[in-house]
Amino acid sequence: MSLISLDNVAFGYSRKQQVLHDVSFSLRPGVNVGLVGESGSGKSTILKLLLGLARPTSGRIQFGDAELNPGNRAFMRDYRKAVQAVFQDPYSSLDPRQKVQSIIAEPLRALRIPGSHQEAIEKAIHDVGLPADAIDRYPHEFSGGQRQRIAIARAIVARPQLILADEAVSALDLSTRARIVDLLKALSADMTILLVSHDLAVVAALCEEIVILQKGRVVESGKTADILANPAHPYTQKLLASVPRMPA
Amino acid sequence: MSLLDIRGLTLSTGGQTLVSDVSFSIAPGERLGLIGESGSGKSLTALATIGLLPRGFRVQGSIKLDGHEVVGASESAMIALRGAAAATVFQEPLTALNPLMKVGRQVAEPVIRRHRRAGETVDRAAVAREVRSLLERVSLPDIDRIVKSYPYEISGGQRQRVAIAMALACRPKLLIADEPTTALDVTTQVEILDLLSGLVREDGMALLFISHDLPVVARVTENVIVLRRGEVIEQGQVHAVFDAPKHDYTRSLVDAATAFDKALGPSR
Amino acid sequence: MSGQVETAAARPRLSRRSLTLNIGLFLVGMHVTVALLTLVWTPYDPTGMTGGRLEAPSWAHWAGTDRLGRDLFTQIMIGSRIALIVGFGAVAIAATIGVTLGVLSAFATRYLDDILAAAFDILIAFPTLLLAMLVVAATESASLFSATLALGIAISAIVARLTRILAKRILSMDYITAARTAGASWPSIVFRHLLPNIWPMLAVNFALQFGLAVIAEASLSYLGLGAPPPNASWGRLLQEAQGTVYTAPFGAIAPGIALVTLVIGMNLLADGLREAGDPTRRGRQ
Repeated sequence: MSLISLDNVAFGYSRKQQVLHDVSFSLRPGVNVGLVGESGSGKSTILKLLLGLARPTSGRIQFGDAELNPGNRAFMRDYRKAVQAVFQDPYSSLDPRQKVQSIIAEPLRALRIPGSHQEAIEKAIHDVGLPADAIDRYPHEFSGGQRQRIAIARAIVARPQLILADEAVSALDLSTRARIVDLLKALSADMTILLVSHDLAVVAALCEEIVILQKGRVVESGKTADILANPAHPYTQKLLASVPRMPA
Repeated sequence: MSLLDIRGLTLSTGGQTLVSDVSFSIAPGERLGLIGESGSGKSLTALATIGLLPRGFRVQGSIKLDGHEVVGASESAMIALRGAAAATVFQEPLTALNPLMKVGRQVAEPVIRRHRRAGETVDRAAVAREVRSLLERVSLPDIDRIVKSYPYEISGGQRQRVAIAMALACRPKLLIADEPTTALDVTTQVEILDLLSGLVREDGMALLFISHDLPVVARVTENVIVLRRGEVIEQGQVHAVFDAPKHDYTRSLVDAATAFDKALGPSR
Repeated sequence: MSGQVETAAARPRLSRRSLTLNIGLFLVGMHVTVALLTLVWTPYDPTGMTGGRLEAPSWAHWAGTDRLGRDLFTQIMIGSRIALIVGFGAVAIAATIGVTLGVLSAFATRYLDDILAAAFDILIAFPTLLLAMLVVAATESASLFSATLALGIAISAIVARLTRILAKRILSMDYITAARTAGASWPSIVFRHLLPNIWPMLAVNFALQFGLAVIAEASLSYLGLGAPPPNASWGRLLQEAQGTVYTAPFGAIAPGIALVTLVIGMNLLADGLREAGDPTRRGRQ
């Protein structure tokens, strides 16, 4: 059974400004999916819908056996327990006035998750490869890569089933990017990742399946290996040809 | 003689040394890539080259740009040098353009400035013609519309093309490009990279290309310098450095880039 | 050739921060102490004619005497109390109304936000003097309370507009989206993320408004719309000294000095507190 599925989802700010048309795909447990698209592709809008920050204008998003309904508080609490997010900019995604401890504790606190929060926080810190004393410090004391680890710790602390990663490594340097991709890959043993990105190489390194978006439509989707080896849609071909490669 | 010759450049601020003892030179027409991650001092080195360091920096060593010493030069001497000797294209094309000025006027400014400095009379029609030919050179479509557009009305890739046209308008001997494609889409990035490398070849301009992205650098330059924590750790031809990195750090970068490359499968 | 050059301001400024905070604390502390002292003791009876008319400063009368022969220093001390009441009172009223409305506006739907924003602008354009006259009319007497209330309402519009702009900027940050997706409720976002992050900018503005309120109260008193006699507000002292400013300039200079030290002190204090409370500046020299 799928974790989340989008069925013919459309979204528009007005009739003239349709951002998404007829988008359908599903996320199955244990299968990382890369949602690939460039600016204007509608990938951020899909993310917004999946985060419950907006509702589709038509179509439905199914979570388990219920429809995603941002208005239903009890439902959203269960949904948020299952679905957490990591954002692109590690500088603006952490509150500069809170200690790391409090930042990571946020989902536990907000979702009123029972049990020892301290233990969960320490485990999350350990799982993302940060030193234990990180919890008493402020975000500005860390580098970009470490900040992204803090953001990941916040996303995994409540043990969600799905992590929505919005360009989570795009702002990072090459070697840091490789390390964070490795971390996400290791974490995906216990949870599923939806990586929204414009970077095919990162998606190829992390995701088993790809959904290619162009101008609000899914133009191609399937197994990563198949699509990379045999891109069918001209846009996919163009995307793939545009990635700068190491000199042979 | 080198166009840019940096000797023993050390930059420090607030007791911290951010660039230490960096030396390299660029010959006329040479294309050099400056590779480094954030905090490596690559952008500071570029800013020092054109005398635009932020306040509070202590500069030691020597930077000779087109035969003129930049370290300790007065602002008026630098203004005369900027543009003619070196022009810059920055990472973020949106903030690099004045949001309240139409593209045509924006590109006309450096054109007019160059003519005035050469002591020539500025003819409006001639400037307009030159602006159009510059916009054609950066392969902008529908130039009639673009000259009358404000920066927010055109796409990110088009804005970066405008920024490149403005740099070209100065007819510099050295073009400094600081992560010029980082903010762009992948398909736009490759177009801008090819445009840049074509232009510098055509005009015989030297290029200092700054980036953390190895394949991107390899696409436009022939030589590279690897900076780490403000120090030059490796330099040489792109192929030599990428094929047989001598320094562990360079090797880790090359490995990371190669791993992402491999994940994509064979290139076609 | 090799050179060594420093761009401007190369050396770190040595704990300028604590100096700012300390001077601010000292100046404001001095006024608070004096104000409290006047509740139990003053050098002279403020209304008693304890000296000659318009005497110059002397050991007996540190700031001289006014045209009725009352001790000016005593009146300035009492003026401290009035200034602090007006300043803190007006800022407290403005902060309560302004921050609430500003945050509300930032969270509101676009329609409501537009209405509130327009209301703030209208209120800001409304002359404070006219507002004070309306409040006096409504409360049926010119008093310290009516002046403070009028100033508080006038300032609240400025605070609301500033809060709205600052809050909108913070609300667009990823950490707010992150908090929302973590399941945080609106009150929790306001009190945990929003207010702590806009507080430093607000605090500096409060200090500025405090100073302006004290000055504005002086103007209102000067026009007879503030605290009535025998309340020795600095504004009234200035008004009374106006006629004799050529013959006895100290009558105007002394309350002027008191006013300036309090306003500067408040600004330094706010600046110092803001820097001391910022984790990104802590531990830095």
